[in-house]
Amino acid sequence: MRNRALFLYAFAYLAFLYLPVLVLPVFSFNNSEFIAFPLSGFTTRWYAALAGDTAMLHALGNSLKVGLVTALLSTILGLSAAKAVTHYRLKGAGAALGFISLPLFIPDIVLGISLLLLLGAVGLPLSLAAVVLGHMLVCVPFALTVLIARFEGFDRNLEEASADLGEDGWGTFWRVTFPLMLPGIVASLLLTFITSFDEFLVAYFLSGTEATLPIYIWGQLRFPERLPLVLALGALILAASVGLVVLAEYVRNLGVKQPMVGA
Amino acid sequence: MSFLDISQVSKSFGGPPVVDHVSLEVPRGEFFSLLGPSGCGKTTLLRMIAGFETPDSGTISIEGEAMNSVPPHQRPTNMVFQSYAIFPHLNLFDNIAYGLRKLRLPKEALRAKVEAMLATVRLEGLGARAADQLSGGQRQRVALARALVREPKILLLDEPLGALDKRLREAMQIELRALQRKVGITFLLVTHDQEEALSLSDRVAVMEGGKILQVASPRELYERPNSRGVADFIGEINFFHATIREIGSEFVTVNAGLLGIIRLPHANLAIGIRSDDHVLLAIRPEHVRFASEGLAGEIAAATFLGDRSHFHVRIAGRSDPVAVSGSAPPAGPVHLVFPPEKLMALPAGD
Amino acid sequence: MGGTVADRGRSTGAGYSLLAPTLVIMGLALAAPLILMAVTSLKSQSGISFSQGWTLAQYGDVLGRASYRRLFLRSVLISGAVTLATVALAYPIAYFVAFHARRKFIWLVALTIPFWTSYLLRVFAWKIILGFNGVINSGLMRLHLIGQPLEFLLYNPFAVVVALAHAWAAFAILPIYVSLEKIDRSLLEAASDLGDSALRRFLRVTLPLSMPGVIGAAILIFVPTTGDFVTPELVGGPTGTMIANVIEVQFNGVGNWPLGAALSMVSMAMVGVIAGLFVASARAAMKAAR
Repeated sequence: MRNRALFLYAFAYLAFLYLPVLVLPVFSFNNSEFIAFPLSGFTTRWYAALAGDTAMLHALGNSLKVGLVTALLSTILGLSAAKAVTHYRLKGAGAALGFISLPLFIPDIVLGISLLLLLGAVGLPLSLAAVVLGHMLVCVPFALTVLIARFEGFDRNLEEASADLGEDGWGTFWRVTFPLMLPGIVASLLLTFITSFDEFLVAYFLSGTEATLPIYIWGQLRFPERLPLVLALGALILAASVGLVVLAEYVRNLGVKQPMVGA
Repeated sequence: MSFLDISQVSKSFGGPPVVDHVSLEVPRGEFFSLLGPSGCGKTTLLRMIAGFETPDSGTISIEGEAMNSVPPHQRPTNMVFQSYAIFPHLNLFDNIAYGLRKLRLPKEALRAKVEAMLATVRLEGLGARAADQLSGGQRQRVALARALVREPKILLLDEPLGALDKRLREAMQIELRALQRKVGITFLLVTHDQEEALSLSDRVAVMEGGKILQVASPRELYERPNSRGVADFIGEINFFHATIREIGSEFVTVNAGLLGIIRLPHANLAIGIRSDDHVLLAIRPEHVRFASEGLAGEIAAATFLGDRSHFHVRIAGRSDPVAVSGSAPPAGPVHLVFPPEKLMALPAGD
Repeated sequence: MGGTVADRGRSTGAGYSLLAPTLVIMGLALAAPLILMAVTSLKSQSGISFSQGWTLAQYGDVLGRASYRRLFLRSVLISGAVTLATVALAYPIAYFVAFHARRKFIWLVALTIPFWTSYLLRVFAWKIILGFNGVINSGLMRLHLIGQPLEFLLYNPFAVVVALAHAWAAFAILPIYVSLEKIDRSLLEAASDLGDSALRRFLRVTLPLSMPGVIGAAILIFVPTTGDFVTPELVGGPTGTMIANVIEVQFNGVGNWPLGAALSMVSMAMVGVIAGLFVASARAAMKAAR
């Protein structure tokens, strides 16, 4: 009896979650500039218009650049910190982790503004590089969480076994540590990329003249005639994200049981 | 110079020493065990031989070559880990072949070696199995095969049978012994299970608190323990407090309290004991006999164990019951007899 | 043996040098700016640069003006409501996935997909849904359930709460799910064995054991939502503005940076104190409930 109520709740909750999300594709195919019911027929002209929107494409390029760099740097920093904390008994490790995770508990607007002040004081310009720095603050804690969980589930004996069987430090790393960490690394890259790609508040203060995609979207929201295009963009981003995650899952399961008999 | 020479090795992790000035010599081809309770230092000692820990002092030499500055991957030892440490991302064949890759053998030679090893540990044909599809016993054999295929001079085993159920463990013990005889290399096993150590080994070193108490063959450890620690750890034993009255060339006279004045053969006296010393008289349960006359007692508990029975007998003047092993006593009041030639005199200190 | 105890002999120097880069970069990027902000809040703006000397004038302004105080209060209340709503709505679904779902991974993926759209567009979508001609109104009117569009749906704190509760749902679902998933199932079986009905077992075992996840989720949601200016600006209307809107204005164009900094500092302090009090009282309540 309780199960059924819970089950119904689950689906109702899903509906609540998806409702706004579905607005995007629905109205992006709607043949009207007005985002309201009733619907006026199917069209793909908004998607077509997107292709020619150079400002949008430029912002998209910026977001991709920032996202990739942020993902790589955050994951690398997260990797070394995660390894340090799980493999060695360091005094003050807890405090260090708490400090690194602090950005999660500080409103993004404060992060953005304070970095803005720092750049001003040091004399550095607002730029995509500044955005990367700001995004790293936000993303490293996520990377750390994923990677620490991965390291903790890792049998230390495996590295010792590899050494015992004749592999030196580098050999052990490439043949044992890295392959086993790979799913965690991929998860971290994915998580940090998506976080950076979608991040608005910090980028808003730090990007200067170069817009990232969320900043571009923000700029478009005050123009009613641009709205259907923006919705089309959102629908595309959603589709791409879903595709990316499905691909990542596929790759992850692919890498695990691959026999390397000839390797 | 012995094959494996451990000389005055000590190690501590910031507190009291975990391994305390341990010296051992192990000849080539021996099945040698380190036996002791948890925390006695046996695993640390093993890891120092493998190279995963460095001794604070002392040397470890294999075939005359000092190993102290040699990293683990260059030592002529291989280890079977307690958790087996099977690489989850490789299948069975690749796990076993792992340590051979560096040798860059031609493909056929590699395959032949691995297949031969698979046959030796009775896992033929399972090369393509994924790591997570193996049973406990299979994983143990993969770990063995993986280590042996590299033809190490010494095989180190860290409590390899602990995770197996009793039946499998006993079967694996027999296999392990046979394997060592067949392969002919030195096996060094670490375990807390004294039955295991006694049944597998040519010689055993009993450890406690980082020190070696006694190194001897299983029989000698059982019949002639040199201290309370060893006697207590190996098999079950009864202790009685006593004092040495007189030490003669053939016999020793002992004032044994409840057991009266007893004369023991001189050989039953542990080394280093002198007149007037306080000692412990130790006797194994299977040597205590029921008789029609002797120390009176009452059976407190009886356990049927198939081939024999085990009894706890309460006697006056003693809080611990006496353990007796053997066939059931005749009906009527119970009397115990303690043959002097089976009583061992051990130092009473710890 | 083997596992974690193996780190005993390893030189911790290597460990510290692995931790150092991350710590240093995060430290510089986090500590230095925050210190700078504190410093800025103690200055005052004159023209396009800061005046010499220190002053508490900004703090006087922030704490003195009733309009700012009202905004602080409203921000806290809205964030509080969001936290409550998000956590309360998320708990049952997290419970469902942890205990009753068969394909957990698919459920988790399904629950997180909505968050892979742009945050801005999700909030904007609520504008579409709640608006005068929006999805809800036009739908209800078509079904002839109402004669006039509902006006209370948009451009007020209610809309802000709804939009934020939706936006932060994942941050509630995942921590609560993880802490529920970790509960040793044999504890629940033991409780049943000792006579607890399903409800009592939930209240006495499951709920307390999932509290760390719930508290973590609450803090994770409360703190950042106080700093959001996007949602209030898009759907809040005049009655739904929050403190972040005022802060943002100070840094836009030629605003008053020291004032903005002071507003940020006070905002952070206030939120930090509330969060700290919350965690402390939650811990005390958990101890008392034993």
